[in-house]
Amino acid sequence: MTGRSAAAGVEFPATGAARVRRVSVGEPVYRGTRIPSPIPTILQVPEEIAAAGDVLTVNFGPNHPSTHGVLRLVVDLDGERVVGIRAVIGYLHTGFEKSMESKSYWKAITYPARMDYLCFQQNELLFVMAIERLLETEPPPKAIWMRTLLAELTRIHSHLVWLGTTGLELGAISMFWYCFRERDQILDLMEMVTGVRMHTRYFQAGGLAEDIPPGFAAECRKLIEVMPGRIGEYEALFDRNPIFLERTKGVGLLSAEDAIALGQSGPMLRASGVDWDLRRDQPYLAYPELDFDVPVYPECDVYARYRVHMDEMRQSVRMIEQCLDGMPDGPWIVNDRKFVLPPRDELHTSMESLIHHFKLVSEGYRVPEGEVYETIESARGELGCYLVSDGGPRPWRVHFRAPSFVALQAIAACLTDSLIADMIAIAASLDPVMGDVDR
Amino acid sequence: MDGTALNQPWWIDLLKAAVVINVFLGVVAYATLIERKLLGRMQLRYGPNRAGPFGLLQPIADLVKMVRKEAFAPAAAADLLYIVSPLVAAFTALTSFALIPWGPVWSIGGYDVTGWVADVPIGLILLFALGSLGIYGFIVGGWASGSKYSLLGTMRTCAQMVSYEVSLALSVLGVVLMAGSLSLVDIAVRQQETVWFAGPQFIGFLVFFVAGVAETNRAPFDLPEAESELVAGYLTEYSGMRWGLFQLAEYANVVMLSGLTVTLFFGGWGGPGLPGPIWFAIKLACVLFVMIWIRATLPRLRYDQLMRFGWKVLLPVATLNALVTAILVVAV
Repeated sequence: MTGRSAAAGVEFPATGAARVRRVSVGEPVYRGTRIPSPIPTILQVPEEIAAAGDVLTVNFGPNHPSTHGVLRLVVDLDGERVVGIRAVIGYLHTGFEKSMESKSYWKAITYPARMDYLCFQQNELLFVMAIERLLETEPPPKAIWMRTLLAELTRIHSHLVWLGTTGLELGAISMFWYCFRERDQILDLMEMVTGVRMHTRYFQAGGLAEDIPPGFAAECRKLIEVMPGRIGEYEALFDRNPIFLERTKGVGLLSAEDAIALGQSGPMLRASGVDWDLRRDQPYLAYPELDFDVPVYPECDVYARYRVHMDEMRQSVRMIEQCLDGMPDGPWIVNDRKFVLPPRDELHTSMESLIHHFKLVSEGYRVPEGEVYETIESARGELGCYLVSDGGPRPWRVHFRAPSFVALQAIAACLTDSLIADMIAIAASLDPVMGDVDR
Repeated sequence: MDGTALNQPWWIDLLKAAVVINVFLGVVAYATLIERKLLGRMQLRYGPNRAGPFGLLQPIADLVKMVRKEAFAPAAAADLLYIVSPLVAAFTALTSFALIPWGPVWSIGGYDVTGWVADVPIGLILLFALGSLGIYGFIVGGWASGSKYSLLGTMRTCAQMVSYEVSLALSVLGVVLMAGSLSLVDIAVRQQETVWFAGPQFIGFLVFFVAGVAETNRAPFDLPEAESELVAGYLTEYSGMRWGLFQLAEYANVVMLSGLTVTLFFGGWGGPGLPGPIWFAIKLACVLFVMIWIRATLPRLRYDQLMRFGWKVLLPVATLNALVTAILVVAV
């Protein structure tokens, strides 16, 4: 494993300038770019093949056993070879961003979790962080550490689903059920903390919605204890399997330069040999105080992406352990009645509290005028939230930079000289969540 | 068998055929249940357990469901071929059972009753011929569906079956040489007299088993019906009992291949203590278990890797094995 630990002293401008460092470990698979400019996100059938007239155009999706959600791939096949591809999106467009504009901030928090339904809490976290930036408030340390912990739990959750479905795509059907065993354990933890298994709405502007329940640390440690062993089992199933290695090594190549040109981030970028992780390079939450490595692999293929996912799960387990150890005591939410609900018992005795409560629940809190772009490292890469406030109780504009959407545009670049089976493996390795792509 | 004439009138044969076909149909039906149960257990779930005690009535429930389902046909399908294909596939698969011996010769009431339906001097060749005919069902059925996924599945079936049949046939050459006969009964008897051929013919056994798994479209060679790629391959446009017949043919082929493995490499019905058919059933179950185990563990090969493996690994090994066996048999 390459990469270095996050030193607490790394200083980066808060806006996050795109300073990308190339690592020098290993040789890249190919240098420079092989994508013509302007970068195409579709693959055209070469003229000499089209002229031969043997091209079969097949729709993979929007309803197909392999597609993640409702991705539709219009694929031109020359025998088993994929010579052209177009990704058609929009089948899961739900208008989340627009809907959020008509809801108070209070209520809009429920929406982001439903966009990327596999790393729900990170989406939620990001939106709450954006609101907090506009409110110019800082949550108490306990909330920060708990947010970090839950964000990492969600990352493991997302990566487990990725591993399981990727196994399914490659024909290793059992992996799916093994991964869902631990996923269920994580969802149980979520239920324990928030009362809901997915789409938790646990983060609140100013902190957390509730205190951490007693016994959570013990339950969480149970997961942490089994997790490294389980990851080892999965690696044993895949890494020692020549069929898996043949199916993934050298497939779906995307060089570092192309990955950057296509705006890739997260595991996609790190599997292309670019050492870039917002958790370390643009620290937020409690990450500066945690000790973790950023896995980087220079092989650029599906196997490298698999390795990054596996290593990240290990690192997340490490981080959760540190979060549990270092969890500070104290309040879980700031004591600012302008946007935090007063405690329930105060309502019976304090007129002031009752007024605040009424205003918060009926109208919502007003957020100072301004705009903010906040980013975090979600399980799929750089997740960004652009939030504009006109000073009212509802966001004037919300826009999300979805890493899945960006990853999907690399599909044509990854797909040169591939067979049908490769296409499925590549599409799986991009890890697109259609809810995140279409929003 | 040797030249001694068996006192076995024709009606015994007929009776036996009726019993064998029904017993094997039952085995095939319950092979699906066992597979689902075992896969479930290997994948941390229960498998079917709703229909009847322990889900034992599941195959019957499946059958009732399939018979009652409307058999849709795409408008683009070629009518006759589309309907006949599942029949061809199922017919050839079930016919093969007649050749598999599962017991010795019993004397009952003055008659000789053999533990097989037909002992053909060229049994092995006939079996492969039937298998090759059955493939037409899959190929034509996929083509006649008039669907792109089916067509792609058919293309894969063609290539895969043709490539792996060569290795399959070559891998048993060693067994044939050692037994000195193509009759399955003779091969089984010969093993009971000497050793199970899985020992001396270990390489042949491996090649045979791998090629057999490929021949029956089982994971990791289930490319023709790779659900994450081609939905269901040649089966995509079939529904109802037509789909059921294809499925029956596939599982019949799996059971048949397991039976053939037992006959060719594990001494057929031979074994100490227990009666022949019981030994045969035990060995059959073991081979089936291994096939299910493989399916639960391995990912799917890619098309070009499949072809490369078939032609560049299995075929040379099978040829070499046959060659070495021939030299040894002649020399010793």
